[in-house]
Amino acid sequence: MRITVDGTPHELDIEADMPLLWLLRDELGIHGPKYGCGIAQCGACTVHLDGLAVRSCQITAGEADGAEITTIEGLGTPEALHPVQQAWIEEQVAQCGYCQSGQIMQAASLLVLNPNPTDDEIDAAMSGNLCRCASYPRIRAAIRRAIQAEGA
Amino acid sequence: MGRLKTIARRTFLIGSAAVAGGVAFGIYAYRKPVENPLLADLPPGAATLNPYVLIDAEGVTLITPRADVGQGAVSIQTYLLAEELDVDPATIRTDFGPASGAYYNGKVAAEGMPLAAWDDGLVARTGRGAGDVIAKFLGLHLTGGSTTVPDSYDKLRAAGASARETLKEAAAQRLGVDRTALRTEDGAVIAPDGTRITYADLATEAATLDPVEAALRDPADWRWLGKPMRRTDIVAKSTGTFRYGGDLVFDGMLHATVVTNPVMGAGLTSMDTGAALAMRGVAAVLPVTDGFAVLADNTWRAMKAARAVVPVWGTATTHAATTDEMWQAHADAMTEANRDSRFADDGDVDAAPGTPLAADYRAPFLHHAPLEPANATVTYTAERTDIWTATQIPTFIRDAVAGITGQDADQVHLHNLASGGSFGHRLEDIWVRQTAEIAMQRPGTPIRMTWSREQDMAHGFLRPMALARGRGTVDAGQVRSFDLSIAAHSVGESQLGRQGLPAAGPDVAIVAAAWDAPYALPDRRVTGYRVPAGVGVSSWRSVGASHNGFFHESLMDELIHAAGADPVEERLRLIHHAPTRQVLETVADMASWDGPLGDGRGRGVAVTFAFGVPCAQVIEVSQTDAGLRLDRLWLAAEVGRVLDPVNIESQLSGGALFGLGHAIGAEITFADHRPEQSNFHDYDSLRLWQVPQVEVRALGTTGEIRGAGEPGLPAAAPALANAIFAATGTRLREMPFAKTMVFA
Ligand code: FES
Ligand code: FES
Repeated sequence: MRITVDGTPHELDIEADMPLLWLLRDELGIHGPKYGCGIAQCGACTVHLDGLAVRSCQITAGEADGAEITTIEGLGTPEALHPVQQAWIEEQVAQCGYCQSGQIMQAASLLVLNPNPTDDEIDAAMSGNLCRCASYPRIRAAIRRAIQAEGA
Repeated sequence: MGRLKTIARRTFLIGSAAVAGGVAFGIYAYRKPVENPLLADLPPGAATLNPYVLIDAEGVTLITPRADVGQGAVSIQTYLLAEELDVDPATIRTDFGPASGAYYNGKVAAEGMPLAAWDDGLVARTGRGAGDVIAKFLGLHLTGGSTTVPDSYDKLRAAGASARETLKEAAAQRLGVDRTALRTEDGAVIAPDGTRITYADLATEAATLDPVEAALRDPADWRWLGKPMRRTDIVAKSTGTFRYGGDLVFDGMLHATVVTNPVMGAGLTSMDTGAALAMRGVAAVLPVTDGFAVLADNTWRAMKAARAVVPVWGTATTHAATTDEMWQAHADAMTEANRDSRFADDGDVDAAPGTPLAADYRAPFLHHAPLEPANATVTYTAERTDIWTATQIPTFIRDAVAGITGQDADQVHLHNLASGGSFGHRLEDIWVRQTAEIAMQRPGTPIRMTWSREQDMAHGFLRPMALARGRGTVDAGQVRSFDLSIAAHSVGESQLGRQGLPAAGPDVAIVAAAWDAPYALPDRRVTGYRVPAGVGVSSWRSVGASHNGFFHESLMDELIHAAGADPVEERLRLIHHAPTRQVLETVADMASWDGPLGDGRGRGVAVTFAFGVPCAQVIEVSQTDAGLRLDRLWLAAEVGRVLDPVNIESQLSGGALFGLGHAIGAEITFADHRPEQSNFHDYDSLRLWQVPQVEVRALGTTGEIRGAGEPGLPAAAPALANAIFAATGTRLREMPFAKTMVFA
């Protein structure tokens, strides 16, 4: 199969039923996306497939054949931050941080689809992403900050 | 001395016996300086000035012995050291350091004693001092009890100050000037003529000197502490570049997963591994205690093959089959024979005048379920064993693994990692032991073992379920008497038992935040009953206070309602501890409290005192067509001096919301001797759409510095239950509330 991850094309000989999450983590060594549940309940594994947020634990390698994937590590880097990452840093959102790759990818996708979401739309879009540390108030604040930064 | 030392090593005194024993034996050994464990493994060219500071050509490495489970421990420890040492916290490296008794936690042992933290009398102060002595003596290298900041606050600043002055002394000797003529700045000593000598340059000379003791800086001169700080891990955690245990890659590594008997401890009788071994990438299926491990070249392949193994499980059982039977055991335990403690017993509750009220309350088993599933990497050879894992108990793990490999403790090297959450989970270590068992069967090969979420969810050590019986009387518009009995398993007994240590004395956790709730009534009694051991139980964020806050503040609220008094006013009348009254007054102010409302909207209040921190919360709810909605949460707490206002807020609010999520929707139940929950679809917690608007105030006006990770939790559930009563007239006496109430 062929897949492009964070701009780099790869050719792999792997099982069609391997979830994209494990293809990324264990075959390509891209560890930004996290394993939290494996059953679409936590969102820690969220990446962008052709620009939209998906749970990488639910997409198989077969389905991802030919796709363009962006992970948290391709969204932005410590040297060149994505505006959502910048907002996340300024709001000091992360506690343990384990959910935050997924939270940031979900928020970035939301803002592509809907650059000016209402509070309810933010809540709805983000409710598939579990934060066991309950950093939620700062997640809300960071999304609002990112919206303002984008709008400015 | 010798005999007491043996006793202390064998037995963790979780009760009052520790006070007498500790004071008598400890002082001499306590005053002896600890050995510096960094000396044993010093890299070439590096020097160490004390157990917290390592300097080499690259600069300064700060040793941050308290585990980082998401609470920002590494960051705050870094700032504490840097503030005195004069190095830029953003440029220095940190390391959790080796597992060593030198990093003893002096505060955590005191938490196990029946000394109310508001009690400043001689006995209590002596007892708390004894906790420090015992911890140092036992080398209690441990993170827990919201003690990281209280324990590190003086120690790390003193280490920084001493290292700074010792480096200056080395420079003074080299330059032939007096030390007082020198100053320090950004990792260098500056001479009067402006000459800069870096710490790295001076380190080896400084290490030969006797450490210089130095006074701590006046807080008025602080550059970083006391102001919002940028967490040192924040960029990595916002860019996916932070590395957790499951992200480590080693040459020649095998991925592994473990499956054990769904009835914990019942063992594996036999297994058919044929199908699993034939699957792509699978290297081996190996036995481990209570189950098996699959080794493969990819974690998913290991997990997939694990489902193809056909095990025949053993059928022994160690506890009752169902949750109902366990509730019965809790009710049965409320007898004189099982009485564990009665630390509060004022007046005579049985003869108290007034109209009686009685109510029973329940709190379920809960799992910590941090989002990062348990994992560890172990490489075993006959000469040495290396462990990479995130843990709050490094010395215990080192010793447990040495026991498994048959090596000496100094052949076992623990490399501690930051954890993707804990909530008390990383005080357990069963997955590390399993990984050591695997690694011994594959000498020389790094084994990186990851539990599936299903294995993790079904093999937790749980927050104990607890049953409370509340009684009280009201008289002339006031609460007159208060009598609370609590039955639960002992966390201390269970947790220490897993480390092979017996626990003596009553378990304060059973009644924590109930017996020492700072209320004064003429007749007041709190009794703890110990339910005989069953399901393995563990310290879960705020431990006993996590259920007792709910029990105490629900019963208090029922009594106040029966008396026809105001929930804030009557509490203020009864509370004898000034800081606790102050947080309650503050939160009432923040919420513009004017009573519990009613008619579809409700406000509830609760105030708790746990880990030395008084915390008051007001929650506002409203009844909507979709169900009950949480609108607002106000929280005021007194944690003493606020070192980082942003992180304090995150921790207090995180504690409260974590408490609310579980109070509303989570429980672990048992059927057929095994937990019924398997993943986050049936063990959920708060989601963003349920999160109220949160406002937090940390007073920072009085008192000793305290940790903030746990004290935000205990008042959240009762504040919510009390708000729901105000809005709907329904009194919720059992968690999780979603069993009886529909939430939006
Ligand atoms: S790991 Fe994919 S949603 Fe949890
Ligand atoms: S920050 Fe820990 S799970 Fe979200």
